[in-house]
Amino acid sequence: MLAVRNVTAGYGDFNALFDVSLEVRAGEAVAVIGPNGAGKTTLLRVISKLIEPRRGALDFDGASLAPVPAHAVVARGIAHVPENRRLFPRLTAEENLRMGAYTSRREYAQRLEQVYALFPRLKERRAQPAGTLSGGEQQMCAIARALMSRPKLLLLDEPSAGLAPVVVQSIFELVRRICAEGYTVLIVEQNIRQVLKVVGRAYLLEAGRIVRSGSAADVLAAPEIQKAYLGL
Amino acid sequence: MSEIFDIYLLEAVLNGLLLGGLLALLSLGLNLVFGVIDVVWICYAELIMCGMYAVYYLYVQYHWPLALAMLAAIGVVALLGWLLHQFVIRPVLNAEPINQLLVTGGVLFFLQAAATLAFGIEFKNLGVSLPSVRLGEMSFSGARLVAFGTALAGVVALWLFLRKSYLGTAIRAISQDRGIMPLMGVNPARIFAITSALGGALAGVAACLLVLQYDVHPAIGLSFGPITFLICVLGGLGNMFGGFVAAFVFAQFIAVGGFFFAVEWGYVIAFVFFIAMMFWRPRGILAK
Repeated sequence: MLAVRNVTAGYGDFNALFDVSLEVRAGEAVAVIGPNGAGKTTLLRVISKLIEPRRGALDFDGASLAPVPAHAVVARGIAHVPENRRLFPRLTAEENLRMGAYTSRREYAQRLEQVYALFPRLKERRAQPAGTLSGGEQQMCAIARALMSRPKLLLLDEPSAGLAPVVVQSIFELVRRICAEGYTVLIVEQNIRQVLKVVGRAYLLEAGRIVRSGSAADVLAAPEIQKAYLGL
Repeated sequence: MSEIFDIYLLEAVLNGLLLGGLLALLSLGLNLVFGVIDVVWICYAELIMCGMYAVYYLYVQYHWPLALAMLAAIGVVALLGWLLHQFVIRPVLNAEPINQLLVTGGVLFFLQAAATLAFGIEFKNLGVSLPSVRLGEMSFSGARLVAFGTALAGVVALWLFLRKSYLGTAIRAISQDRGIMPLMGVNPARIFAITSALGGALAGVAACLLVLQYDVHPAIGLSFGPITFLICVLGGLGNMFGGFVAAFVFAQFIAVGGFFFAVEWGYVIAFVFFIAMMFWRPRGILAK
């Protein structure tokens, strides 16, 4: 469904990704793991066209994303939950969801119902400004906002970042349920142990390069992962 | 004696209320544009001046029906707002705020000079006078009543638009986080252009109301531009509700101050109040 081929990208004089290739097939949940500053966020920003890659190709659903401007990517079927959630703090939770459905207004009422079924808590908080929600609720709201466009591919940038351990558990549980609902998910995470329980395959990104890929079990068992990331 | 005194005071307060409605409408477009695009249109009142000329020429020279001339003028100023954004603001969107101020300040003088060349310096009167309305012993200008009603309707319409529509929600959202708007499928450049046209249209509505009360001349912007700007600052720049409240407070100072002393003193008192508020509440009346 998504193919990233030999992508090099960065900001200004600085390159954050070098010759990165990866693939996500329909129905899969795939993780990109790696330390802070490895280029994980940049990778997602390239896929949703917030930054133009310097070299390489992006294909989605059989068509190149190269000519697609950032604001037309959602309509192609890619929704991106950005780093730090980035809700509109003074809009209510429900208004944030409405923004998520900006390109698919006709289905708004129906989607809202589906999303509230998945996140009953948000329904209780619908009239509250998003900035006053708890961290976990904000993450739910950010994910729900992305689901409002009923994407073919969901990009999740560190959904567990900045949340209390208990909340992290529930967010991963949620991600698991979203995968089970049939969404195709590409998730970027530092919380390796947790994310590898949820996804089928994973890529390890270090200093802008993919250094390992394979099934979640294989990646988890790899000696460098065991040593460098899990402290075993 | 004391009864008559009271009724004139009441008349002053009510006239202040009417003036407040007009000032609220004046501040609306400027506040909207600043709140969304983060650029102050110093030349806002000059856009209104252009709108007043548009009404004048269409109605007096070309004999259009007044309502049609006013609608066209609103369209003209909306177009001017859009042009201002595309050709003047866009290139400096990420420049220093001082440069943005200087650029729109330059447009102010450009429009004034252009209007002087095109229309001359004489005062032009629309020649329409609405009958004044008497209420017991009190009398109110018809033009002011119309302005007040239109201003309130405009405020309510804008509020509903910003609250209830997708576009309005996007306009509020973009001022909170410009960077992720593309992820919502929104093209920020388009929202900015629409907001600018909307700000222009509001200036156009203000022009229609002002041209009923005042003569047009190239420098007329200077007589209400500063007040509009001060009201926006008093309410907290970009805070539309704050601007709304500030307009009524300011108008009361002018009207009631003018009642106890002289009209000119009303303005002096209002500006002293403004300066005091800048020390006391620099971020606006409603700032927390």
